[in-house]
Amino acid sequence: MNARRAGGLLVALLLAALGLGVLGISVGSAGFENLLGPLWQAGADPAATAMAQQIVWDIRLPRTLGAWTAGALLGLAGALAQGLFRNPLADPFLLGSASGASLGVALALAAMGGGVGWLGGGLASSLGWRLGLTGAAFVGAVLAVLLTLLLSRGVQHTLRLLLAGVVVGVVLGALTHLVLLFSPESLQVMQSFMLGSTSFVGWPAAGLMAAVWLLCALAAWLLARVLDGLSLGEATARSLGLPLGPMRAALVAVLALATGTAVAQTGLIAFVGLAAPHLVRSLVKTTSRHLMLLASAMGGALLMAADALARGLVAPQELPVGVLTAVLGGGYLLGLMQRSTRASSGGQR
Amino acid sequence: MSALLTATGAAGTTGRAVALAAQGVCARLGGTPVLHDITLALPGGCWTCVVGPNGAGKSTLLKVLAGLLPHDGRVALLGRPLAGWPSRQRARQLAWLGQNEASADDLTVWDVAMLGRLPHQAWLSAPSAADRAAVEHALRATHTWDWRTRSLGQLSGGERQRVLLARALAVQAQVLLMDEPLANLDPPHQADWLDLVQALVREGKTVVSVLHEIAMALHADELVVMAAGRVTHQGACADAATHRALEAVFDQRIAVHQLQGQWVVLPRPVTGP
Repeated sequence: MNARRAGGLLVALLLAALGLGVLGISVGSAGFENLLGPLWQAGADPAATAMAQQIVWDIRLPRTLGAWTAGALLGLAGALAQGLFRNPLADPFLLGSASGASLGVALALAAMGGGVGWLGGGLASSLGWRLGLTGAAFVGAVLAVLLTLLLSRGVQHTLRLLLAGVVVGVVLGALTHLVLLFSPESLQVMQSFMLGSTSFVGWPAAGLMAAVWLLCALAAWLLARVLDGLSLGEATARSLGLPLGPMRAALVAVLALATGTAVAQTGLIAFVGLAAPHLVRSLVKTTSRHLMLLASAMGGALLMAADALARGLVAPQELPVGVLTAVLGGGYLLGLMQRSTRASSGGQR
Repeated sequence: MSALLTATGAAGTTGRAVALAAQGVCARLGGTPVLHDITLALPGGCWTCVVGPNGAGKSTLLKVLAGLLPHDGRVALLGRPLAGWPSRQRARQLAWLGQNEASADDLTVWDVAMLGRLPHQAWLSAPSAADRAAVEHALRATHTWDWRTRSLGQLSGGERQRVLLARALAVQAQVLLMDEPLANLDPPHQADWLDLVQALVREGKTVVSVLHEIAMALHADELVVMAAGRVTHQGACADAATHRALEAVFDQRIAVHQLQGQWVVLPRPVTGP
């Protein structure tokens, strides 16, 4: 029964993503425009067709796909973090991995001279550039998570873990600003980056994120049993013969890779990683293996919706999507805390 | 099998093969020594209960026996040192039910019990018919079968405890270690648990439990009495010497009596001024 519900939810989320994708392709700086029409209409103005094709193919399609893959990566990272740390408030951002990734990107930008290649350059150089940034973000994310774990002395203590994540986030954020201070030429690129935006996602970035998502989802699928076992507590998991040490390390690596890749392409987009697994769990109770896929699909749909909203709300201007998710996600987190406080005080009575 | 069961350490007090043996075991929790030089042999095919006052090191001893805590000294499971067992093989022989562990609120009762089959399953294989049969058997034995599609978060503390017990039963291990398995259980379900353990022992399984309910513990075959990190006595439940050791370890504040063929404990009023 639960497997059927999970399957139904997956289909619904993918359909939602498809619908949002069509919407995302249609919404631009001039509000809603039907650009798909000219593409298929016979006898339409060839110039308009060519332009529409270019806009859709070169800008909106990769951007829309990028929004889905970035959201999927963040949702997956959130599901991994929550399972791994057995903490429903764990989130790729609360663990400091996102700030680590952005510090990595800032350092890479400073080292490579201000991100001239970010917008210009050919496809090949652009892909190389992306890979470099992604690598730097990955290393930064891994180091930040390890630093958080070191400071919190393990994952057992929820409060210590969250506090350590906050400390690491603040310190690494300050370091990022310091790097930018000494490398003013990367300031502009970095600013859009810190706000979180899908507007620079082209084909190389979208393709890279899709490939990394496939890789991470496969790894998470393979490791999901460990998360199920861990949900019964560490002692029970070990008594079941699960090799926790190497599995944990692998899960942290996947978590950092997913976060780092998303951050390197779209910047700091907060709360998607927290909200996606949460929403899934409130809709269906399922094993970690299904949760991985569902949280990905949920994250993708959420970020696509946020992206469409960010483009449409103040058209022809456009909000950075990270600002929008931060505002919406902050409200969601508050509601969640309210609910869990009420639940726990109810439990004591 | 018989080779595995032969004891390497001291022979069990009842003369049966030794399921679990500890020799010179010391353990620390957060730097504080909790267990001091413990040597004991738990006979196979019977139910041994570890009892003692709070802080005696009962749970720590159980964790050490399960190989879940670093320790000095040697522990052997079915005649083979714990470290010598490949982890999956060991997990098939020894099941663990802890107390107050994290609970998987989002998993269904069925999924939780199925986790007990992990040591039997290849890494990516779907549950086999044997796995499903074992899970169904365990859920029915603990009367949790009807809730199999509910999530653990929807159950009360006692109901959850029975599901976790089903998870441990589903392993179908030769040796079953349980820490405070009666926590949150109401009297009828405590009696059910007793029936279950006695049925397991009749099947030849070894059960080792830490119990606070001394009256329940006196139904066991053997008692291990602990105080301040040491074993003060090990013996059959019906032995008068065991009863004396039990009374001594609880500061003579309890007395063991016989009532309708069962051993019961009654509090002893403070005598003196």
